[in-house]
Amino acid sequence: MDGDHPVIELHGVTKTYETGNLSVRALQGIDLMIERGDFVAIMGASGSGKSTLMNILGCLDVPTTGRYLLDGIDVRTLDESQIARVRNRRIGFVFQSFNLIPRTSAVANVELPLAYAGVKRRERRERANVALEMVGLSDRAEHLPTELSGGQQQRVAIARALVTSPALILADEPTGNLDSVASADIMHLLSSLNREGRTIGLITHERDVAQCAGRIVRLSDGLIVADDRLHASPPLAAPVAAS
Amino acid sequence: MSPDSFQIALRGIAANKLRSGLTVLGILIGVAAVIVLIAVGNGSSVAIQDRIEKLGTNTLTVFNRGRSGGGAQRTGTQSQSIQIKDADVAALNDKTQAPDIVSASPVITVANATATYSGASATVGTLDASDANYLDTTDRSVDVGRAITTDDVTNHARVIVLGRTTVSNLFAPGSNVVGETIQINGKSFQVVGVQAAKGTNGAQDLDDFGLIPYTAAQDTLTGKTQGYQQVVVQAKSSGAEDAAQAEIVTILDSRHGISADATSPFMVLNQGSLLQTSQDTSDTFTVLLGAVAAISLLVGGIGVMNIMLVTVTERTREIGIRKAIGAPKTAILAQFITEAVILTLIGGLAGIAAGFIGSQFKIVGVDPVIAGYSIPLAFGVSLAVGLFFGIYPANRAASLRPIDALRHE
Repeated sequence: MDGDHPVIELHGVTKTYETGNLSVRALQGIDLMIERGDFVAIMGASGSGKSTLMNILGCLDVPTTGRYLLDGIDVRTLDESQIARVRNRRIGFVFQSFNLIPRTSAVANVELPLAYAGVKRRERRERANVALEMVGLSDRAEHLPTELSGGQQQRVAIARALVTSPALILADEPTGNLDSVASADIMHLLSSLNREGRTIGLITHERDVAQCAGRIVRLSDGLIVADDRLHASPPLAAPVAAS
Repeated sequence: MSPDSFQIALRGIAANKLRSGLTVLGILIGVAAVIVLIAVGNGSSVAIQDRIEKLGTNTLTVFNRGRSGGGAQRTGTQSQSIQIKDADVAALNDKTQAPDIVSASPVITVANATATYSGASATVGTLDASDANYLDTTDRSVDVGRAITTDDVTNHARVIVLGRTTVSNLFAPGSNVVGETIQINGKSFQVVGVQAAKGTNGAQDLDDFGLIPYTAAQDTLTGKTQGYQQVVVQAKSSGAEDAAQAEIVTILDSRHGISADATSPFMVLNQGSLLQTSQDTSDTFTVLLGAVAAISLLVGGIGVMNIMLVTVTERTREIGIRKAIGAPKTAILAQFITEAVILTLIGGLAGIAAGFIGSQFKIVGVDPVIAGYSIPLAFGVSLAVGLFFGIYPANRAASLRPIDALRHE
């Protein structure tokens, strides 16, 4: 990884959805820079374009116009298999609905990105176990997703996002489906990962969740309306109950 | 294919046991049904062949229709019927006139024959009166005692050869039959031999049978008949049947002064042409069964197609997750191809095994005989269908943008 570049650079990114003869401009020109080690919370009402932005950042979707540089590389210049590799190696995605592969054990879910990266079986198992240990689920490695609570499933998903040591972890409302205790737990985990130097992008509409981040970007109608740095180094989030 | 995608595919199969099981079952049933169906068709055509061959090989039967049938009007009285006489049979046995005929035997069928032996009484299904060549010509043989000889015929000997069924109808099991005297319609005949078991030709029991010299039959049972209704002829070889048939017609027609353009009163039943006809019939039958098999393949294929389509559609979201965590399209495809190959292989092989097992049983009275071509046919088609409908929708899903695949519910 070349450390000179910001992890993310967006220049004038727009996204237009065509539905029939109706076109919806979800993003109207976003300029955003996320530095290495940042913990950025993206906030906004529903329909503000924050999910669209997240999908573009995660290379799940492509911008209509504008430039997106990930680790200094223009994503537009990459072909499909290169983008798959970027998703695999440089980005760890955490979804609101966990998105674990059903009927597949926790450790097998965590191993999966390594399998696509071509890591050998034994090393894969070791690294998956390390990642599960980081999220505190070593004792649940062989459990199926259905045998885990929502908070535990989300921790497995975070372990899966971590396991390839990506430059960037993107979390799309990771606490949206969780109760307050589990939410605090997940935010605590993300904060500690950030402390270890990982760059984290987080979408949320909950204020206390966003408070864990060092920087809050507010979106409205497809535009950035505020970009606040809270503190240089965010504190370890205390497990507080959300109101 | 990398061992990784193989492993991922195995895990995918294991993770969806019910669905995988249903897929395998669908293919299994399709393949087994086709194999068994074709085996039943094949088996019945083999059975028909067997029965016809039991009638005797190289055999021609001459029937006398009594008079020349319709067709050209003939002058003079046609009331006098045409008879096959001893001289006609002798002419057929003449090697210079009929080089393709080995032997011709006159046959008198004794109708309504009843045999009795020390109180036991039984009707004889077929009681034929003929000469020494008859058994050989009709592909029969004697395995206890002896056959009818030429001496028996010239001496008008009252001797009889019995079939196994007739023997068991008259005698206690295990008793010595040869040398015993039985009554046929009240006339005494000495049993000289027992015919080797012949089984059935489908219509009648070939062992419910008796054979006596035709001379003795004329003496005792039928009287001196005006002519023979039937002559059985053995051709030199199965290839010579048509030539023998032509010789029979030429000899008999010229002896009875029947012109070539008139309809011959003699009908010759050619075993070879009968075999050919039955061959044609069973070919038609095989075509019919092939059509049935094709339909069942189609139905089986649609079953496989449905389950594959449903599987992949249902797994579109899973494909989205896999893409989101960095699976390249090729890896997704490799996984689904491997899964489809493994499932169709297991299903196909199990279907072949089930087809073999199913073909061991008698089905609607037919012993199925597995046709070699049905196995690769059934296996190949189900494999092709399973692969195509496993891969085509997977390819479509793998080509979706991950975000669209993820939104799929």
